Amino acid sequence: MNSMSTQATVQTPGQSAERVEQQTPAVGQPYTRNSEASHELSIRVRDLNLWYGKSQALSNISIDLFQKNVTALIGPSGCGKSTFLRCLNRMNDLIPSVSISGLVEMDGRDVNAAKMDEVALRRRVGMVFQKPNPFPKSIYENIAYAPRMHDMVSRKADQDELVEKALRDSGLWNEVKDKLQEPGTSLSGGQQQRLCIARAIAVQPDVILMDEPTSALDPISTATIEDLMDKLKEQFTIVTVTHNMQQAARVADYTAFFHLGEVIEYNDTKVMFSTPAQKKTEDYISGRYG
Amino acid sequence: MSDSFDQISQQLKRRHRKSARLKWLSMGALGLAGLFLLWFFTDMLIKGLPAFQQAYVETEISYSEEAAKDARQAIDSDLIPIVSRTEIRSIPLLLRNEPDRIGSRETRWLLANSEVDQYLKGHRSKLSDKEIATVERLVASGQVEQKFNSTFFTQGDSKTAESAGILSAVVGTIMTMIVTLAIAFPIGVMTAIYLEEFAPDNRFTQLIEININNLAAIPSILFGLLGLAIFINFFGVPRSSPLVGGMTLALMTLPVIIISTRTALRSVPESIRHAAFGLGCSRWQVVKDHVLPLAMPGIMTGSIIGLAQAMGETAPLIIVGMVAFIPDVGASFTEAATVMPAQIFTWASEPEKAFVEKTAGGILVLLTILISLNASAVVLRKKFERRW
Repeated sequence: MNSMSTQATVQTPGQSAERVEQQTPAVGQPYTRNSEASHELSIRVRDLNLWYGKSQALSNISIDLFQKNVTALIGPSGCGKSTFLRCLNRMNDLIPSVSISGLVEMDGRDVNAAKMDEVALRRRVGMVFQKPNPFPKSIYENIAYAPRMHDMVSRKADQDELVEKALRDSGLWNEVKDKLQEPGTSLSGGQQQRLCIARAIAVQPDVILMDEPTSALDPISTATIEDLMDKLKEQFTIVTVTHNMQQAARVADYTAFFHLGEVIEYNDTKVMFSTPAQKKTEDYISGRYG
Repeated sequence: MSDSFDQISQQLKRRHRKSARLKWLSMGALGLAGLFLLWFFTDMLIKGLPAFQQAYVETEISYSEEAAKDARQAIDSDLIPIVSRTEIRSIPLLLRNEPDRIGSRETRWLLANSEVDQYLKGHRSKLSDKEIATVERLVASGQVEQKFNSTFFTQGDSKTAESAGILSAVVGTIMTMIVTLAIAFPIGVMTAIYLEEFAPDNRFTQLIEININNLAAIPSILFGLLGLAIFINFFGVPRSSPLVGGMTLALMTLPVIIISTRTALRSVPESIRHAAFGLGCSRWQVVKDHVLPLAMPGIMTGSIIGLAQAMGETAPLIIVGMVAFIPDVGASFTEAATVMPAQIFTWASEPEKAFVEKTAGGILVLLTILISLNASAVVLRKKFERRW
């Protein structure tokens, strides 16, 4: 099987970057690719395997994730893309039956090592969930809570400033500046999700993981969040799971295609959507299954 | 060809009849239960409300030299069988404490004997014809009256029915409940937090869980035996004290608090925990800052219901000696005390007719407290009910 042989090699997008520049951009890609996009390594994954009890959910995943880019993970339901995402901040630790082998390396440190404190990891790798889940507290508290918990702010003025910055960065400031003390749950779904993004960036992480952040939202809110992702990648590395291929094509610099717990193809988004190297990728992208 | 409407209706008739029958049966059961409840409450009110009224006699007391020695000299000899013995007995004591009263006279409303009280309330009494004539005369002249029975709420137990009150039992109950809550609430909540948020799901924790559920179903008298064997005999906690009673009841309340706390914790959506973990909260921070505040109303409701249950408990307290004659209001957690249900139990076993009234009156006080506790639990739940 052709796809099996590709698994053994480390998949690095951009190998074919030069060739990409010469190609015409694929249709339906509103964002021009930032040619100065960094290729600095953020997270290195090698031979990652994951089992839920006895059933294997991820097999031999080896990919590199790059700083200040949006990487989209696509694939049919149950392909392991969300599971993989949760490996990056060890959210899988919360599920008792999970066992993991392989390397997930960030900043030269093994994320899964016994010495690594998952609290420290999650401070640097934030997360936004599928369903907006603001705390049932005020909008202000939703954002101020984590920085205060991590001792990032001591004075009230610093805290106010940080809340404002996070809300501005998430494009929510003008909508909520007069009602910061109202409960976060009183906002609309799209606003709640942006509040969750603001909450995540308030801790100033390096990486933000997004697990299908727009799947519970209406098209307008979805567009707002996609614009936001495009802005946020100037500051953060974003890894997003989506099963909306158009979304991946619109927002992602790189795309990884997951199928049955394996990475079938990982490449520059444009290349992936215009000239997929694998037959399975092509079938999925053209809507033959998924 | 499919069935016509008429054919279908024919078949449906039987099914409708069946469901109607079931509906009437269940309504009947509910009605019967309601009827019993109504009967119980009316009976209690009819028997218990008179306990809050008591006969008083307006008496002229002469604090003479002789009265200091023999109290019977202080009042008119006709009134001696009518006035409560407790009142007469207290005269020499009063004169000993305040000697300058000697030689003075005073007219006061004194508690009447319980026989007089029962006679006036239309019950059988042991009064002689002569005494009845005196009472009738005094009633006519307005010197014997039914007044609000403040003694019932300001005094402890007494061997004379008219001066027996529930205060010592109420204070005993409050002290016992303080001990129960101080022990059961923190231990129960922490246990539940551990089991729900920290413990791995393995055989050991499953075993603990099953045992906690079983603990809630253990006959309460066994907890009394445990209290006797461990707290009194082994640790030497003073018997009959609110301390030992509270500790025993805490054992009984623990499973209720643990189970209700676990339910409350489980009802906090997983997404809140994920959000907190995702931000880098430690497990304890997730619990303390996010889960516990949301679960608190549920925990409080469960604890109040557990407390109300413990408050109505008598059997384990009999074993640790809290069913005792306690005339004085308790002052410390280690002195002998009694609790409301135990007081009711004591009064119920008195042969005198007047104590029947006290029993019903005590039940009314206990029920009022229990109902208000349960109502506060309902209010708490309604007020903080949250939807996600």
